[in-house]
Amino acid sequence: MTEYNKKLSIICFSGDYDKAVATFTLATGAAAVNWNVNLFFTFWGLNIIKKKQGRCFIGKGFLARVFNFLVGGLQNLPLSRLNFGGIAPMLMVGMMKKNNVATLRELIDSAKAIGVNMFACEMALHILGLKKEDLIDDVKEIIGVSKFLDISKDAHILFIS
Amino acid sequence: MKKTLDITKEHCPMNFVKVKLELSHLETGDVLDVILCGKEPLENIPRSVKEQGHKVIEIYEKNGFYHVIIEKRT
Repeated sequence: MTEYNKKLSIICFSGDYDKAVATFTLATGAAAVNWNVNLFFTFWGLNIIKKKQGRCFIGKGFLARVFNFLVGGLQNLPLSRLNFGGIAPMLMVGMMKKNNVATLRELIDSAKAIGVNMFACEMALHILGLKKEDLIDDVKEIIGVSKFLDISKDAHILFIS
Repeated sequence: MKKTLDITKEHCPMNFVKVKLELSHLETGDVLDVILCGKEPLENIPRSVKEQGHKVIEIYEKNGFYHVIIEKRT
């Protein structure tokens, strides 16, 4: 077998439910077969890892608070297509459960258990007026581009938009 | 110690995740009997546990399911 670096870095830009499922499926699957996996959450992707999972006025500054309320958290992630005002994600979760496929929550729990590393984008957090405390405790560190590149040295890098 | 893990109802990636987590909870020398079905996990689970340094002792079929017997190493 050819030797290669078993390292995967995923930039999670999207806050869509379906794309988050893709991100976490890849991440947990790779970690399960012994890859070193690093997730970097930025912009809409931050909604997945907010501590407050519903619509909450969090953040510093009026605009940031309104924005964070409107986008919401893990409970409010839309589907990238055919969202139908938030009804479709609920139906999707139902279909996933019925077919015994792991839902996003289960995938996130598995990712934590299996040692997937999570990082958040310093710049995006700054814009949204958020702090590390507003994100789940499993987020290791708030980092910028250079640290991300350093962590991702010799890794496969994916951008989920 | 011997433990059994049934992943016949699991799909990718949870089938892999469950095997990895179960192995991490075992002590070196413990044996895990993984029950699975389907071609994909049958090919990939033995391969990935070997890559992780564990030993696949035996693979056999029983009642339409496959049993992969793994000894935890390292």
